[in-house]
Amino acid sequence: MSVWSQVVGQPDAVAVLTSSAAVAASMVDGTFTGSASPVPHAWLFTGPPGSGRSVAARAFAAALQCHTGEGCGDCPGCRTSMAGTHADVHVVVPEGLSISVAEMRSLVQISARRPTGARWQVVIITDADRLTEGAANALLKAVEEPPERTVFLLCAPSDHPEDVPVTIRSRCRHLGLRTPSPSAIAEVLRTRDGIPDEMATWAASVCGGHVGRARRLATDESARTRRESVLRIPLSLRRLPDVFTCADNLVKSAESDAVEVSGTRDEAEKEALKTAMGHGGTGKGTASATRGSAAAIKELERRQKSRATRTQRDAIDLALVDLAGFYRDVLVTAAASPATLNHPDRAADARTAASAWTQEATLRRLEAVLACREALEQNVKPRIAIEAMLTTLHHG
Amino acid sequence: MTSPAVTPPALQLVLGEEELLVERAVRASVDAAKLADPAAELTRVKVSDLSAPELAELVSPSLFAERRVIVLENAHDATKDIAAAVTAYIKEPAESVQLVVLHTGGGRKPAKDLVTALRSAGADIVECPRITRPADREAFVRNEIRRAGGKTDADAVSALIDSVGSDLRELASAAAQLVADTGGQVTAEEVRRYHRGRADVTGFAVAEKAVTGDVPGALEMLRWAMQLGVPHVLVADALADAVRTVARVAGAGRADPFRLSSELGMPTWKVRKALAQSRGWHPAGLAVAMRVVAEVNADVKGVAADADYALQRAVLRLAEARRRN
Repeated sequence: MSVWSQVVGQPDAVAVLTSSAAVAASMVDGTFTGSASPVPHAWLFTGPPGSGRSVAARAFAAALQCHTGEGCGDCPGCRTSMAGTHADVHVVVPEGLSISVAEMRSLVQISARRPTGARWQVVIITDADRLTEGAANALLKAVEEPPERTVFLLCAPSDHPEDVPVTIRSRCRHLGLRTPSPSAIAEVLRTRDGIPDEMATWAASVCGGHVGRARRLATDESARTRRESVLRIPLSLRRLPDVFTCADNLVKSAESDAVEVSGTRDEAEKEALKTAMGHGGTGKGTASATRGSAAAIKELERRQKSRATRTQRDAIDLALVDLAGFYRDVLVTAAASPATLNHPDRAADARTAASAWTQEATLRRLEAVLACREALEQNVKPRIAIEAMLTTLHHG
Repeated sequence: MTSPAVTPPALQLVLGEEELLVERAVRASVDAAKLADPAAELTRVKVSDLSAPELAELVSPSLFAERRVIVLENAHDATKDIAAAVTAYIKEPAESVQLVVLHTGGGRKPAKDLVTALRSAGADIVECPRITRPADREAFVRNEIRRAGGKTDADAVSALIDSVGSDLRELASAAAQLVADTGGQVTAEEVRRYHRGRADVTGFAVAEKAVTGDVPGALEMLRWAMQLGVPHVLVADALADAVRTVARVAGAGRADPFRLSSELGMPTWKVRKALAQSRGWHPAGLAVAMRVVAEVNADVKGVAADADYALQRAVLRLAEARRRN
C-alpha cells in the first residue's frame, strides 16, 4: 500500500508531492537532467487542524527515502520513515507550549550533516507555529540555504500561510491542505481502521474535517460522552448557577485529562532520569555521582508542567471548537441556509435555539466562544475565561 | 562569682518557627548563663553540620567548669545518627553545659522523636508558634508596648499594624521606638505622627472595596497596593475571585448561609461576606462584571500596555457594572 494512502482527501497536494519526490529520486540516481535545484529545500504545510499536515509531511519524507522513489510503502526506506525510525528523518513534536531556541540550534547542526543513507536528510517540524521568535530566527539561515541533500518540512495549523512569520514563509515553498470531505474521512476510517460503516459515516460527519478526531470519536466511548456533555451546555444554561456547574465540569474534565497524562508518564520519566544521573546507588562514591543532577531534574519537571498545561488547554480548546460549531449551526439554521451542519446529530437542538434566540444574540454567543479561545491563548486562567464565556452564553 | 538564686536549666527546647521569638528565647537563655557565670561561652551550630563525635566534644564539661551554652539550630533536620547522640546526651546532661535545641516541631521521624525525648527528659520548653491571626498580632503589639513600659489602646495598635505591616521584628522595634518617643502614652494620634501610609495591602482588600461599590476606597487601596509592589496578577485574580463568589452566591438565591456553604463548597464566613456584598448587584451587571475580570486577567498578563491603568479601569468598570440593572 502506497504511503500516499495515509493522506486523506488531498488529491492536489499529493500530486505536487509525488512529482517532486520523483524528481528527487532522479537526482539521487544521477539520471536527472534539468535546471539547478528543482526540489524545494524547504516546504511549509498549512491547513486546518486535523487535515493531516504532519501525515503529509511524513509521507513525503517516506517518498524521499523510498528506494523506488515514489513512496511504495513496502521498502525499508518507506517503512522506517512512516514508523519514525529512519536515521535521516528527524521529527520535532513539541509537547510543551513552545519550541525553544536551544532545541532549534541542535536541529540546525543535525541538518547540516550529509544523509547517512545516501538519499536525503529530512527535518520535520510538526508545529512550526509554536516556534518562539528566537527559535524561528535560529532556523532562518538553515532554511534559506540548506546543504545540498537536506529538506525542511514545516507544518503549521492555519488556513492561511500569512499566519506564519514572513521570514520563514518567504523561504519555503507553500503547500496548502484543505479540509478533507466527510466521505473521504469515512472511507479512510472504514478501510484503514476497519470501523463499521454506520459509525464511520457518523464520526466523519461530526468531526469538522479533523481526521484524528473522527477516529477518536469512532473508537473511544469516553470521547463521545465528552462531546455529548459539551454540546448539551448551550441549552442547559437556564439559571446563573448552571454557569458555574458547567464551567466546573469543563475545567475538571480538562484537568483530569492532564492528570491522566502526567500520572502515566511523569513518575516513570523522572525515575528514568534519576537512574541515568546515578541516583539510588549504594556504596562509596555514589553521593558525588549524583552531583549536578538537581538541575536536570528541575528542567524535566519544568517540561512536564508545560506539557500538563498544554494537555489541559488542548482539551478545553476541543470543547470550545465543538461549542463554536454548534452556534454556527444555529446561525445556519436561522438563516435557512442549505450549508452542511457541523453537528448534524444536534440539528433538533439547533432548531430549538434558532427559534428562541435572535440572530444577534447567537452571534454574540459565538463571538464569546471565540474570545474565550483567544483568552486562553493569552494565559488567562481557564476557569475565569470559561466562566466569563458561559455567562455570555447564558445571557446572550 | 555571684550565683543567681535559680540556675538556668541545663536542657531547653525552643519549639516553633517565629524567628523573633526564637531569637529572644536564645538571648534570654544566654543572659541567664552570663548571670550565672560571666565567662560563659556561646556556641551556635546547625544540626546538619554536626557529627556525633563533634557533639560529644561540645557537650563534655570543660576542665575549669566554665559555663557553656550550646545552641543546636535547625534540630528538625536531625538525621538518625545525630538524633541518637542528642538523645543519649540528654539522659545524663553535664552540669555546666546548657543545651538549647531550636526545633520547628516538624521534620522526619528521628527529628520528631527528639522533641518527645526532650519533653520526657524534663527540658524547659519555650513555645514560639508562628503568629498568623490578626488578634494574635494585636496582642503581640500590646505586649511589646507594655514590655517597653508604655500604655496603649486598641485604635493605636491597629493603626500601627496597618502602617508597619505584619513583620514581628519591625512591629517590635516600632513599638519600642514609639514608647521612647512619646514618653509612654502610645495613642493613635501619636502613631500617625510618626508612621504614615500602609504596609500591607492585598489584592483582596482592593477587591472587597471594588465589589461593594466603594470606588474611592478601591482606587485608594489599589494605589497603595501598586506602591507596595503587589503583583498585578494577584490583584486581578482577587478581583475575579470576588466577582465570581458574589455571582455564585447571588445566583443561589436567598438561603441559609450554612446550607449554601456546603452546596457551593465555600467556608461559611465567605458565604456570609458574599451575601452582604451581593446586595445591589443585578444579574445583567454580574454578567458584565464577569467579562471585565476576564479581560483584566488577560490585560495584566501582557495584553495591556499599562497594567496599572488596566487595573484602575477594571475597578471603575466594576463600579459601573454594579449600577446596571
